[in-house]
Amino acid sequence: MSTTTLPPDGFTPAPKLADVLPPRKERSKLGMFAYRHPTIAVGGFMVSLFVLMAIFAPLLWTVDPTALAPARRTRPPSELYWFGTDMLGRDVYSRVVYGARISLIVGFGVAICAASIGLFIGLISGFIRAVDAVVMRIMDGMMSIPSILLAIAMMALTRASVENVIIAITIADVPRVSRLVRGVVLTLREQPYVEAAIAAGTRTPMIIIKHILPNTLAPVIVQATFLCASAMIAEATLSFIGAGTPPIIPSWGNIMAEGRALWQVKPYIVFFPAVFLSITVLSVNLLGDGLRDALDPRMAKRI
Amino acid sequence: MSNSQTPAPGTPLLEVKGLKKHFPIHGGILGGKTGNVFAVDGVSFDIKRGETLSLVGESGCGKSTVGKAVLRLYPITDGEVLLDGRRIDNLSAGELRPLRKRIQVVFQDPFSSLNPRQKLRDIIAEPIINFGLASGSELDDRVGDLLDKVRLPRDAMYRYPHEFSGGQRQRIAIARALAPGSDLIICDEAVSALDVSVKAQIVNLLSDLQDELGLTLLFISHDLAIVEHLTHRVAVMYLGKMVEMADRKTLFSTPHHPYTRALLSAVPVPDPTVKRQRIILRGDVPSPINPPSGCRFHTRCPFVFDRCKVDEPQLRDVGMGRMSACHLDVVPDTVPEANRQAAVAA
Repeated sequence: MSTTTLPPDGFTPAPKLADVLPPRKERSKLGMFAYRHPTIAVGGFMVSLFVLMAIFAPLLWTVDPTALAPARRTRPPSELYWFGTDMLGRDVYSRVVYGARISLIVGFGVAICAASIGLFIGLISGFIRAVDAVVMRIMDGMMSIPSILLAIAMMALTRASVENVIIAITIADVPRVSRLVRGVVLTLREQPYVEAAIAAGTRTPMIIIKHILPNTLAPVIVQATFLCASAMIAEATLSFIGAGTPPIIPSWGNIMAEGRALWQVKPYIVFFPAVFLSITVLSVNLLGDGLRDALDPRMAKRI
Repeated sequence: MSNSQTPAPGTPLLEVKGLKKHFPIHGGILGGKTGNVFAVDGVSFDIKRGETLSLVGESGCGKSTVGKAVLRLYPITDGEVLLDGRRIDNLSAGELRPLRKRIQVVFQDPFSSLNPRQKLRDIIAEPIINFGLASGSELDDRVGDLLDKVRLPRDAMYRYPHEFSGGQRQRIAIARALAPGSDLIICDEAVSALDVSVKAQIVNLLSDLQDELGLTLLFISHDLAIVEHLTHRVAVMYLGKMVEMADRKTLFSTPHHPYTRALLSAVPVPDPTVKRQRIILRGDVPSPINPPSGCRFHTRCPFVFDRCKVDEPQLRDVGMGRMSACHLDVVPDTVPEANRQAAVAA
């Protein structure tokens, strides 16, 4: 193919394809991935930025976020206090940076717990009729209560702590995940490859592990990212109304709650945590959106 | 091929007697049973070793349900399924499992019949591992041999199903069905979803494999042209009942049952100069929830008479080795004038 032969008289040789086509862009593997899935790349990059911020909070020019300085309260943003100080003189910048820890712990904690519990319940009730009838009615009952209300009720039963916030939001979110998984399981168990596996003598536990579970993971992962984002908002909401993270631990919700009284005169106390919360939720949602597209098997293998 | 106790000579490999499968319909507030879908309502046939029996009929006639009932993908309502003269329909799941390796299945849609998240090696090896037939490097050899048999390259075993075309995937499904050394393969519309040229390849592959391995095939299809090409005997189903069963030549040359005739007249002939009389059936297939009384075909039969509406015809020998469920001994070639006018008026 590459051997060039002399053209017969009267004909000019056709230009080589390589000269006509624009040069092919060489991309690294990572670059190629980012090019194909821009939302995952952007969302993933921003989420990891926030995770790094939370982990390395002490190194990011912060001071003790709980240190009181009544003499320097409600200072506007300046070179010394980047985001200003609150009504107790605490550095808002440090509080916001440390507050990322709570939001991310709650977000990821709820996503992981709710997804795994929901996956378990969904798999069982998708396969065992008797369990399905009972469990799904309970889930229906729980879903009829708005999840934030359910979480507030849960928090009212216990003392304020980060673990309890995670548990409360998880309980409120589990019905949604288990419904999703159950639906996926019900369609998967009718799939010919599952029937073929039954015909091939595979036992039920192995069918669940090998054929059902791997195919439910994609929607669950996508759902988990959305749960993560909604849990961050739920945590902030709970903290804002004083039913969440205890006030001694800075979280974006309770920074905003404390700044609320001064909202009209010192808006920056509420502004900065709100912006951080919005951007974090946005980037987690971007990641989830991208994953949903990328993990959909019908869209996955386009060339 | 079978290594169980040898059955009495002359015993068919698979025998189905009076098979019934009714699906309950649930409705109402409490989800109580409100009716039944009579998907399969008394079907009997047998398949000899090395033979191909085709089950044909239009969609919804219950032919796939027969296949799945033989595979015991769900319990049957009534009747018997015998493998080598031994009943398998009443066995527990544990008792049935070792017998499952003898009956395998190839489904219609090659895109949903292979788990998209398993490599070919794992797909094909699954039955081999389940029945403890091989392990380690022997397993890889076996999978490789199976890929050879279905004419796919051996190195395909390290790839995923989505990397293959429909025809190739159907070969993978056939390899999986062959994997446990099965005797009977149920091909549930196995070639219906494929392009014509690929269809021919798969049909040829199946008949080659049948010759080579002595396979027995239960070929479920609505495509009579394909059936004519590869079957030994044909059974025609209509609305959960068998209406006619005969060997291939007899059925295609001199069909007896009016439904079989209508079905055959609908097969396209790849020759535009051939003129023939087409039998157009009126109306739709009645609902299997509430099937017609008497002969189930009487609502659409051009030769209907009084007895058909009350008396259900049984399969009986109508000569030339044909079994037909029709009250008429000789079905006329032309539609009686009275019936034709009634059909036009309807």
